Parts: sequence; C-alpha cells; structure tokens
Amino acid sequence: MTEPVPYRVTTREAETADTVTIELAGPVLPEFRPGQFAMLTAYGIGEVPISLSGGGSGGRLVHTLRNVGAVTAALYAAGPGEVVGVRGPFGVGWDLASARGHDVVIVAGGIGLAPLRPVVAALLARPADFGRVSVLIGARTPADLLFPADLRRWGRHAQVEVIVDRPADGWAGDVGLVTTLIPRAEVDPAAAVAFVCGPEVMMRFVAEALRRRGIAEPAIGVSLERDMKCGAGWCGHCQLGPLLLCRDGPVVRYDTVEPLLRVREM
Amino acid sequence: MPESAGLLDATELPRLFDALRERGYTVVGPTVRDGAIMLAELGSAAELPYGWGVVTGAGRYRLHRRSDTAAFANSAGPQSIKDILHPPRARLWSADRTADGVTTTGPDRPPRYAVIGARPCDLAAMAVLDRVLSAGAYPEPIYTARRDGVFVVAVDCTEPAATCFCTSMGGGPAATGGFDLAMTELADADGHRFVVRAGSPAGAEVLSALCVRAAGPRAESEARAAVAAAADAITRSMPDESLPDLLTGARESPHWADVADRCLTCGNCTMVCPTCFCTTTEDVADLTGEHAERWRRWDSCFDLDFSYVHGGSVRRSGESRYRQWMSHKLGNWQAQFGSSGCVGCGRCIAWCPAGIDITEEAAALSAWRRSERAQPCPP
Ligand SMILES: Cc1cc2nc3c(=O)[nH]c(=O)nc-3n(C[C@H](O)[C@H](O)[C@H](O)COP(=O)(O)OP(=O)(O)OC[C@H]3O[C@@H](n4cnc5c(N)ncnc54)[C@H](O)[C@@H]3O)c2cc1C
Ligand code: SF4
Ligand code: SF4
Ligand code: FES
Repeated sequence: MTEPVPYRVTTREAETADTVTIELAGPVLPEFRPGQFAMLTAYGIGEVPISLSGGGSGGRLVHTLRNVGAVTAALYAAGPGEVVGVRGPFGVGWDLASARGHDVVIVAGGIGLAPLRPVVAALLARPADFGRVSVLIGARTPADLLFPADLRRWGRHAQVEVIVDRPADGWAGDVGLVTTLIPRAEVDPAAAVAFVCGPEVMMRFVAEALRRRGIAEPAIGVSLERDMKCGAGWCGHCQLGPLLLCRDGPVVRYDTVEPLLRVREM
Repeated sequence: MPESAGLLDATELPRLFDALRERGYTVVGPTVRDGAIMLAELGSAAELPYGWGVVTGAGRYRLHRRSDTAAFANSAGPQSIKDILHPPRARLWSADRTADGVTTTGPDRPPRYAVIGARPCDLAAMAVLDRVLSAGAYPEPIYTARRDGVFVVAVDCTEPAATCFCTSMGGGPAATGGFDLAMTELADADGHRFVVRAGSPAGAEVLSALCVRAAGPRAESEARAAVAAAADAITRSMPDESLPDLLTGARESPHWADVADRCLTCGNCTMVCPTCFCTTTEDVADLTGEHAERWRRWDSCFDLDFSYVHGGSVRRSGESRYRQWMSHKLGNWQAQFGSSGCVGCGRCIAWCPAGIDITEEAAALSAWRRSERAQPCPP
C-alpha cells in the first residue's frame, strides 16, 4: 500500500475541454467498489486521489479526471502506453445495500458525476433489486457535460434530467441550478435514498432541497473532498472533525456530516 | 520477567551501551546540544547529560547545572521518541523506468534503535502512535518497521518540569508499560545508581549481561518515593471533564479568536508534540525522468497549505487552525483512534514562542462553556 503499482493507460478519451477518461490496465488489485478511490501517481510529479468511474476489478480501472493542477495535468496528458502508478482501493463507497428495494435519486454536479457513474451502472444492471432511478445532473455549460453516450443509454431505463448554469447556442434544455430539478424527481420520497456528489456548497443546497422534498438526511449519501496525501490514514490531511475522510469516507451519510459542514473552516 | 527490582550502578551504563550494541542496536539517547537536551546517536554513555537540569515555563526552556551527577533528572526535551520512530523525513520508495514499465523499491530497512532515557510520556506517545500508524487497516511502513525493532530503556521521571501535566492525562511520571527496561535514577549520598526492572524478555536478557545486584527494600522504597514526589510536584492539569465533549461544544466559541490573536501559526507545537503524526509527500525526479522518488516529511495543521484543495485552503484563518490542532489533540483523536492525542508532556507549552498553554486554553474554553450554559436563553 506504500508503493504504487504500475498500470498502463490503455485508452484515453477527451470528455470536455479539461476532462478526460482514462482506462488503466495492470496487476489485479482488490476490487474497487463504486465511490471508492485510487491514489494515482504521475511519476516524478505527485499523487492525487481519483474516484473510480468505471471498471474496478480484473486489473481494469477507469478514471475520469479534470485538469486543475500539477498532478492532474500530468495524468490528463498521459496517453495510451504510459505508466501511471496506482494504490488502492481506498475509502468507503456508496452504500448500495441501503438502496435495495428503494427508489434512488442521483444528484451530480460537474466532475461529481464521475464517482456516481458506476452507481448508476450498478443500479441499472440489477433493475429488479431497486425501485425507480432518477439521475439529476448539473453542468456549467452544455460543453461540460460528461458521458453523453451513457446519459442516452441510461435514459432508456431511468429518468435522466440535465441542467446547465450557462446555456450555449442550440441548448433547448433547462438552465439553472441542479436543485431546481429535485422537485421533478420521479420517486417516492418517503422510500427513496439519494447519492450526491459535486462541489460542497452544491451538496449542502441539494441536501436541503432533498429534505424539503421529503428525503430524510440519513437517506442521503454525499462524497466529500479534502486534501489527501496518503489515502491510508497516515497523513492527517483529510480530517473533517472526528472523521478521516480517506478512511471514514469519502462517502458519508449526510446526517453525520451536516453539523460539521455547518461550522466554518472546519 | 523478573518482578523484583535490580540495582545498577551508574558505572555500569557503559556496559549497558556495549550490551545493546553487541545485540545489533544503534543506541540513541539524550545529550546536550544547542542549549537543549536533544536525542542523538550516542557513541558512549559519557555523552549522556550528566549533571544537567532543565527549567521550563510557557515559552521557556533553559538548561542549568545541577549539584549532582544525575543524567536523567531533566524533563522532556524538544524531541521525543517520535523523532526516532516517525522520522521528520523518509523516503517511501524509488522507481526506475524499465523497458517494460516501472520497477519500484520500497523504503530502506531501518536500523534497530535502542532508545535510552525514554520518558513515561514518550511511552504513552508511542502507544498513541501505535494506534494511529500501526493498528489501522494499512500499517504505515516506516513507523511500523522502526517500532518493531526498537528496544526501549525508559526512565521514570523524578524531576518533572513546570510545564508537565502527564498525571492528568494518565501518562506518567512512572513508566508502566511499553518498555524493555525501566529505571529509576537515584543520585544521593549513597551514590549514583538505578533501580531497574525488565518489561520484556529482551529486556531481561540484556539485564542478564550486566552486573545487577538486588535492589533491596531501601533502594526500592527510595525509588518509589522519588517518583511519588514527582507526581506531587506536578501542578498543571487539564479540566476535570470530558475533553472531547468540551471541544465539540466549543466549536463556535469566541475564545478561538482570542487565541488567534496570540498564536503565530508557526507549527512549533506540532513539531515538538510526540503524537502529532501528520505528514506530506514530495515527489522528485532526476532530469531524465527515468528515476523518481517519493519522500514523506512532517507537516503541520498550522500550515495554510495543509488543508489546500483546488480553489483554496479550507482552514484559512489562524483561529480555525488553532481550533483544528487543539480539537484534534483533545477531542477528535478519541473518535478517530480511540485514545487522547495528548499525553501531557508539556512540550507544546515550553516551545511555543508566544507561550500559549494548552491547559490554560482548555480551562478558558471550559469557563466559556459554563457561562454559556448559565444563560437562561440563547442571546
Ligand atoms: C476522494 C476523492 C476523489 C476524487 N475524485 C476525483 C475524480 O474522480 N476526478 C477528478 O478530476 N478529481 C477528483 N478529486 C479531486 C482531485 O484529487 C484534485 O483535483 C487533485 O488532487 C488536484 O491535484 P493537482 O496536483 O492536479 O492540483 P493542485 O491544485 O495543483 O494540487 C493540489 C495539491 O497540491 C498542493 N498545492 C498545489 N498548489 C498549491 C497552493 N497554491 N497552495 C498550497 N498547496 C498547493 C497541495 O498540496 C494540494 O493538495 C477527488 C478528490 C478526492 C478527495
Ligand atoms: S499537545 Fe502538548 S502536552 Fe499534549 S502531547 Fe502534544 S506536546 Fe505534549
Ligand atoms: S494536531 Fe494537527 S499536526 Fe497534530 S496530528 Fe492533529 S492535525 Fe496533525
Ligand atoms: S489521506 Fe492521509 S490520512 Fe486521509
């Protein structure tokens, strides 16, 4: 768990102007479950936490990452054949068991859709185990929408709604915040669970909107982001009060973290 | 393990050093350096701080000459057993590009250290670090390897400092476990000697190589009295209440702003603290990019970059960073690792350039909470 395992990039697909999905192949590691993350190393540059966005077993990992700084820039640039270091799986993923027999609302903002993609895939793969699935997605602009092919496929079996902050020419869809989609979710709120990932403020507003819709805080899971230098509980960077998010998260029940997120600069 | 205490003359200390070296240990212990008692690899027992004492206070640490030759009649210095087992800098791995990928080499095998003169608060801190770095799902490799090989010669505290409050955190002043050998130093008219006990089979084996006499009831009771007197001499303490509850209840206290006015956010407290374990990593590569290494070094929650995520740091203000430190030590640690993160060694008090005292800040938070509770209605 200290030394990264060398994986090779097998495919690289541009998602948006600053986001790519890379597929990695290498020695088999313990299975990565939806919501768990890998520490990805760009050799000589650094290491960052990146969620699983597909694959996860048999030595095949799919990650979707946004180029925002030194390490993600190097990973963003890695093309087929290049070696990327992998450590993991780390953290607690989405509690899919809690969704069995229930309707499910998925709310994603921006790159937050990446860790939720394997959840939607898992839900739709076993439709008999779950109720209705409603996927609500917010993006900055139409050009920032991730996984358009997946969205079309999901739309055949689930409710998929998309909203953008800023429309572009030819956009006929909704404009506004993702919270405005929540009243439209075709689910029974009294018996629904929600999985939410996006910027922290967005998740707080979404949780509030879900609560108003009748989905209680304990039924809401959120994936939180903090600085992570190790993924393994060693470095202390990922603390949020009593939690070590690399170990106790990144996915946490909203009712356990709401009081922590309410405190400024916690 | 022999239960009855032995008596080791101070003149036997060189033999103890030899015995440890013969068994493959690198001997580390206290010695005077740069105006403080530091931990260093010791070539001989002569380098121990014979006849040196220490006076500490808030923001204060001074050496002074003692009237006797005692080597360990000084309280915890700026370093601790953490510096040995969880070193400030370490290489985690190195990697070389090869024709078919990358070959990676893990951390170097560490020497086996024998730590002479570990304090009871060091033992308590080691137990805390064991929980943090070795007992989780993924044992941290550097600490765990050093810890596995270590031989600890603890010394009971007979001269606590004004900054010590181990009695209120359950850490001292007597060594109660986690050592291979433990000694109580006696330096009086009867001579300079140590009442010694083994805490492990390895300790008993080392003792068997030394000239150890039976301590006898008189030396044993003198040793007990010296440690009991030390306990009585400790006057600082933490508020007598649940500290995790106190810190959770004080998240929004205005007192943090008061501390922030004094705190320089220098991070000294986290560096000297024997349980602060936080680290960051640095990746380096040679010019060709064929060779890369990852180094791990101590980090501090007082550093602005510590909580940096894309877009900015989570804890920007000084008050939020002080609150993180104190809340972690006294409160959140319990939830994270099942123990307190403070062992009451007082190092953070002595080495704070602003003289901030964690016991006084805890008392102030406690007073604030009492006054809050006394309000009949929220303001
Ligand atoms: C659990 C988890 C899952 C994630 N999953 C994904 C994902 O699936 N896709 C995705 O795109 N992102 C994901 N992220 C976010 C991703 O990890 C960050 O975007 C990434 O760490 C940024 O690293 P960088 O080096 O590219 O950016 P930078 O912002 O350059 O670097 C971030 C790190 O470098 C240091 N640093 C750089 N600049 C500064 C500065 N000015 N001041 C202080 N420190 C600085 C800090 O130590 C900081 O931690 C996830 C994060 C977490 C915690
Ligand atoms: S917080 Fe201060 S008194 Fe407590 S263990 Fe750390 S340095 Fe010692
Ligand atoms: S107090 Fe700060 S430096 Fe020390 S362990 Fe906690 S977060 Fe890390
Ligand atoms: S990322 Fe290092 S402790 Fe959580």
